[in-house]
Amino acid sequence: MLLHTVNKSPFEKNALDSCLRMAKAGSSILLIEDGVYAATNNTSVSEKVKGVMGDITVYALEEDVKARGMQDKVMDGIKLVDYAGFVDLVAESDNVSAWL
Amino acid sequence: MMSDEMMEDGGPVKKFLYMNRKAPYGTVYALESLEVVLIGAAFEQDVSLVFADDGLYQIAKGQDTAGIEMKNFSPTYRALEMYDVEQLYVEKESLEARGLTAEDFVVEVEVKTAEEIRDLMEEQDVVLSF
Repeated sequence: MLLHTVNKSPFEKNALDSCLRMAKAGSSILLIEDGVYAATNNTSVSEKVKGVMGDITVYALEEDVKARGMQDKVMDGIKLVDYAGFVDLVAESDNVSAWL
Repeated sequence: MMSDEMMEDGGPVKKFLYMNRKAPYGTVYALESLEVVLIGAAFEQDVSLVFADDGLYQIAKGQDTAGIEMKNFSPTYRALEMYDVEQLYVEKESLEARGLTAEDFVVEVEVKTAEEIRDLMEEQDVVLSF
């Protein structure tokens, strides 16, 4: 199982787009740093993220979500993990692909 | 210039617009912009701030940076009023793309369309973009 991390804002860079296009069903995506804005409600990319959720588990790093004040806007179905959870995800994964 | 409004000590007052387009913690642009804004304001210039694109996130309510061990500088935007910086604008198109409303910010802002901001930019003596 591959873990994809995305650390760029979906409104500024196409890292999320490329990740969504190339991530395989059964893999996981972890949104970190400015990537967590992709986890929020009613945005121009919300539907795109929701569209993969059946096949791919989407996580967001809670510390980065809170730092940005987005804690009340995270979409249903996105799992929040803390730093320890991040470590667990990496340990459970065969490989990590960082979309920069 | 003779037509410039003068400061109390006789120096000219120019219209400065700061265009803020970056999210707050992923890069240093937002914090650097804020520092430059405060300096401009201290010199009693006519200062406007525009928040567009991911710059809107600079003034999002509820920022708690304890977990990422960085300084939360969002409360500083509330201090701008004390420097008489009261012209804060948010671009409508950026707001809508991000699912945000004017109530989501730590400061009072006026929502302007890209077209209105374009006109605002034309009126300035100096435009600084971050």
